[in-house]
Amino acid sequence: MTNRILFIVMLVAGLTAPFFAYPVFVMDLLCFALFACAFNLLLGYAGLLSFGHAAFFGGAAYIAGYVTKEWGFGPLIGILTGTGFALVLGTLFGYLAIRRQGIYFAMVTLALAQIIYFLALQMPFTGGENGLQRIPRGDLFGFIDLNNDLAMYYFVFAIFLVGFGIIYRTIHSPFGEVLQAIRENESRALSLGYDIDHFKLMAFVLSATLAGMAGAAKAIIFQFASLTSAHWQTSGEVILMTLVGGLGTIFGPVLGAITVGALSHELSSFGSWVQVILGVIFVVCVMTFRRGIIGEFQHRLERRKNQRET
Amino acid sequence: MSIQVIMSQALLGLNVGVFYAMLSLGLAVIFGLLNIINFAHGAMYMLGAFIALIGYSFLEQWFGISLQIGFWASLIVAPLLVGLLGVIIERTMLKRLYDLDHIYGLLLTFGITLILQGLFANYFNVSGTPYPGQPEVLSGVVNLGFMYFPTYRLFAIVFSLVVCFATWFFIEHTKLGSRLRAGVENPDLTQAFGLNVPLMVTLTFAFGAGLAGLAGVLAAPIYSVSPLMGADLIIVVFAVVVIGGMGSIMGAILSGLALGLVEGLTKVFYPPAANTVIFFLMVLVLLFRPAGLFGKEK
Repeated sequence: MTNRILFIVMLVAGLTAPFFAYPVFVMDLLCFALFACAFNLLLGYAGLLSFGHAAFFGGAAYIAGYVTKEWGFGPLIGILTGTGFALVLGTLFGYLAIRRQGIYFAMVTLALAQIIYFLALQMPFTGGENGLQRIPRGDLFGFIDLNNDLAMYYFVFAIFLVGFGIIYRTIHSPFGEVLQAIRENESRALSLGYDIDHFKLMAFVLSATLAGMAGAAKAIIFQFASLTSAHWQTSGEVILMTLVGGLGTIFGPVLGAITVGALSHELSSFGSWVQVILGVIFVVCVMTFRRGIIGEFQHRLERRKNQRET
Repeated sequence: MSIQVIMSQALLGLNVGVFYAMLSLGLAVIFGLLNIINFAHGAMYMLGAFIALIGYSFLEQWFGISLQIGFWASLIVAPLLVGLLGVIIERTMLKRLYDLDHIYGLLLTFGITLILQGLFANYFNVSGTPYPGQPEVLSGVVNLGFMYFPTYRLFAIVFSLVVCFATWFFIEHTKLGSRLRAGVENPDLTQAFGLNVPLMVTLTFAFGAGLAGLAGVLAAPIYSVSPLMGADLIIVVFAVVVIGGMGSIMGAILSGLALGLVEGLTKVFYPPAANTVIFFLMVLVLLFRPAGLFGKEK
């Protein structure tokens, strides 16, 4: 019930947002929201902390940008290629990373992502420190001109909804139930006969793919793919967004992305203090606010319901 | 390619290797007792370097105290201050997270990393400030017989090796060390025997942090001191730790040294891969020996 209300709120807000706020800014938030949702699928539901999701986000951005700019394909093909790249990369990284557990998993993903960062820095086609610039937005289906911010916005919103829908369906499927079982008690899930590594890998690949979709869309929106997207700090930011909004909740990452995104935007004139403030939020969240906004809300709601029943 | 070039790059690599060794040693010691990975380890390394720099160049300018903390004094002051910060972090924050999933410790220290990095980035150039305090005795080069090598770098290598092996000796061969190992093995039982485990935990964290700070001071005269100097290093050290496994102290030291050497030699034979060679080695280790070279699966 609450989920349905929240979904309608999100839908209405999403459809009307470009009339209240600068569309490009909202599109940026949407990309990060999808990125955070994809990340949350892995940490919130499968209990795997990846510290390397920027590799998929940033890597897909470069590929999408290259395909549209140098090979002249349309934005849809560009985004799909970028997403496909994230899928392949996710399979590779996932296969390696699930060999270690817990804290090691986080370190392995971080180190693997650093390979992508250095490749992006050193390979000839990525433009090194300058990044890939002047990526064309192009036409969608040949007749919708995406240089129009509003058209671009609704295209991005549609991408977001598709990604969000996939994640929602995954979480509420038998597959999602098994993931949560693994998160709660890995040995028991194993003893029940589930092929744990297979499930973890599937979750990792799906999460990486959707993170890539968000990154590819971002490259088309800003017509720019940069090293920042592939940097470990971006991996940290997406963790923060998920944590602030509510780990393991459906809408938490969306709200977290909006909160953190808006905050960084508001504070952008303070230079490095933004980093300090994000760090402080990180610390405060971990110390006192581990449920996040939506998680806390749900917790209160449930407690009130329980009180009424007793 | 002459043997001199290879040898000098190998020694330079060893120089990097001792930093890897000191940092991964600190990480391993902390992980053993606290079961957390200290993401802020890189930031503490940076902090050590900055304490040395500020002590040498900025005390008078900033605080009006006509005092200059030289290099030798920094070798003591910086680890103590960074260790003190470690005590504060452990007592006020980490302590409350021990009952939770270990990833929260990682996330907390990540937040602390952002804070420290951001603070220094406000006041110092990101591209780095040189540390002018290298002592006169250590300037110049020494003749190693087959080649010349900067005296300071040789000093840094020897000094770090001594610190690393002293730590190893302390943990593996002294009475206090054996208590520490008992705490790693079974904290509850150790506590029941009347040892103050929480105090051990705090001091261990402070010690690991202090090691990072010490490495920072040693690095200051070699690299320019920058707010980001620790962040890039710590990710490589994570890979070192994954390769070595955190089961043994000696394993952490040796894998740090060996990987620094590998990195140095890669600079000779295939420079573009120097940044990533350690990560690729990590991939190989994950494929063929997932628990790490010296590791036991935990």
